[in-house]
Amino acid sequence: MAEMTVIEAVREALREEMERDPAVFTLGEDIGARGGVFLATEGLIEQFGAERVIDTPLAEASIGGVALGAAVNGMRPVAEIEFGDFIWPAVNQVIGEAARVRYGTQGRRSAPLVLRVPYGGGVRGGLFHSQSIEVAFAHQPGLKVIAPSTPYDAKGLLKSAVRDDDPVIFFEHKRTYRLVKGDVPNGDYTIPIGQADVKRAGSDMTVVSYGLVMHYCLEAAAALAEEGVDVEVVDLRTLRPLDTDTVLESVRKTSKAMVVHEDTKAIGIGGEIAAVIADEAFEDLDAPVKRVAGPEVPAMPFSPLLEAEFMPSAEKIATAMRELAAY
Amino acid sequence: MLSEQTSPNNPETNSRPAGSAENDAGPPTLNDNDLLEMYRTMVLSRVLDQRIWQMNRQGRAAIVASAQGHEAAQVGAIRALDPERDRFYIYYRELTTMLALGITPLELLLGFLAKDGEPLSGARQFPLHGAIDRQRCDIVSFSNVVATQLPQAVGVALADKMRGEKRVTVAYFGDGASSMGETHEAMNFAAIHRLPVIFFCENNKYAISVPLAQQMNIESVATRATAYGIPGIEVNGFDPVAVYEAVGAAANRALAGDGPTLVEAVVERFLPHTSDDDDTRYRPAEDLEGIRDLDPIPATEKLLRASGALDDALDQEIKSAAQKIVNQATEDAENAPFPEPHDFYDQVYAPGSPGDQS
Repeated sequence: MAEMTVIEAVREALREEMERDPAVFTLGEDIGARGGVFLATEGLIEQFGAERVIDTPLAEASIGGVALGAAVNGMRPVAEIEFGDFIWPAVNQVIGEAARVRYGTQGRRSAPLVLRVPYGGGVRGGLFHSQSIEVAFAHQPGLKVIAPSTPYDAKGLLKSAVRDDDPVIFFEHKRTYRLVKGDVPNGDYTIPIGQADVKRAGSDMTVVSYGLVMHYCLEAAAALAEEGVDVEVVDLRTLRPLDTDTVLESVRKTSKAMVVHEDTKAIGIGGEIAAVIADEAFEDLDAPVKRVAGPEVPAMPFSPLLEAEFMPSAEKIATAMRELAAY
Repeated sequence: MLSEQTSPNNPETNSRPAGSAENDAGPPTLNDNDLLEMYRTMVLSRVLDQRIWQMNRQGRAAIVASAQGHEAAQVGAIRALDPERDRFYIYYRELTTMLALGITPLELLLGFLAKDGEPLSGARQFPLHGAIDRQRCDIVSFSNVVATQLPQAVGVALADKMRGEKRVTVAYFGDGASSMGETHEAMNFAAIHRLPVIFFCENNKYAISVPLAQQMNIESVATRATAYGIPGIEVNGFDPVAVYEAVGAAANRALAGDGPTLVEAVVERFLPHTSDDDDTRYRPAEDLEGIRDLDPIPATEKLLRASGALDDALDQEIKSAAQKIVNQATEDAENAPFPEPHDFYDQVYAPGSPGDQS
């Protein structure tokens, strides 16, 4: 067991998977000598060489397309999209093509690729380095979408993603990279895709979240505990397929539910979770399902007070928790 | 790098070895029997194509993108490749390619009629889309979106190179797809890594309704190869032997580790873009005049007759055999059932994996 950051956990998972399976290789912008703009691939080119750590041209469509072709032809590519905000040229290859390979060929081909996507704000990234874009991918059947919040989950889930036989979009929140530390077992372990995790057990309300703001939920829950409100925090970890069983089990226990995400609210993950709860656990509810999410502006602004206005914070979440507790 | 251009539709350049500017070794010279076999495939493709078009007009086939006018280019290219060794990332106009790779008229008709047992997608997709069982032949066409297959083919070739396998991956596309950004990205990536890819452009001079002059400010797609530091070869796509030689040279380069080649086969589209298109709205009558005089099928017939490889009796036998095969395939395809939705949820995800609903 060692304490490490999220970025170190990602790097260790990549290194171990590349050591384990010669079919695993990585490609992306600046991932070689530079080690990636966030240093996720630092040291990999020295260990595995330029043939398995491929610096690509600045061309996301071909990063997606080349990864897809290699995956269809028996390799296990892990492509890095430098910033999630830059992913759109690759969407044709990912949502358009990779997600449909298995279905559109009746299983005659599959696309076991991983796209690692740094995303999210609170890093002074402005409108084009802060976006939460996971819902666009989580909407697409055929893809699996993962968004871990801790080093332990990041390592175990990235290993599962590499070994999975379907295309996986792996969202890494940039602000968690160095901010969030945690214990990670030495050596090999995996965490199953599609399983949420109760990060804090509680009896008075269920808060469903993922990514950076899941930590803000834990902070807020600690504050509420001092006020006598016992909050359960469910970390989704996987956004497709959703682990609705864990969410519903928690809601049936607490009878109150809230969803927290950094992405904007409308037509989002929170709406989907709320709908699932309404469909399956309506009679267990003592209050309407509450959502805390990003505001309805196109993306997160640059200047600090404007950025803070956008970001869900522990304080904003705690306020919402108090409202829900009082309902 | 040089871009060798032969003049399309000029008989004097029809059989000029392509790629000679690179001093590449060409493929073995074709004999009369080879050409006769190619002729058989072209005739079968034409008869089948006409039948499918007819069935569309009868309301029995929902959609068809005809290969009429592309047959010589497609049969010539496959002749230079190895169906067991190589990988084929085709696009929607590849009826002759499919026949040349051994896919049967019945299997193709099952696709056009969206019937059970269709071998690429189980009729989940448009005709000619999906993938053939890999053990049989690595033919792939994942989508209708043009040019997406180019970077995919590059990734396929990258995987072969990483494993040290000697294979050629062919990415088929049209002049329309040559305008897509992914075409540029694919050629650039393949050139950087010297990957065993042939970019095979069938230039029929129209992107649906948009003529070449409004698609590009150059005479030949092949000249773009210069931008990637790879050979670009323009050949007369009505001459199956010229196409065979160009693709053969490109395959030899790929197998020797010398990287990708852009081959542009200049052809004509005898029919509208698809059965849903009306080319009289945009294609001048004079544009179509004379094109059918250049039809590669009668031209090949003439060549074979001149060399004594074909006489009336044999030609009659070839044509009636094609008719018979297509008639039987039509009957069998019509009698086949539509697929039931019993496996509707299968293969969204790997069987047994998270999210699997089968």
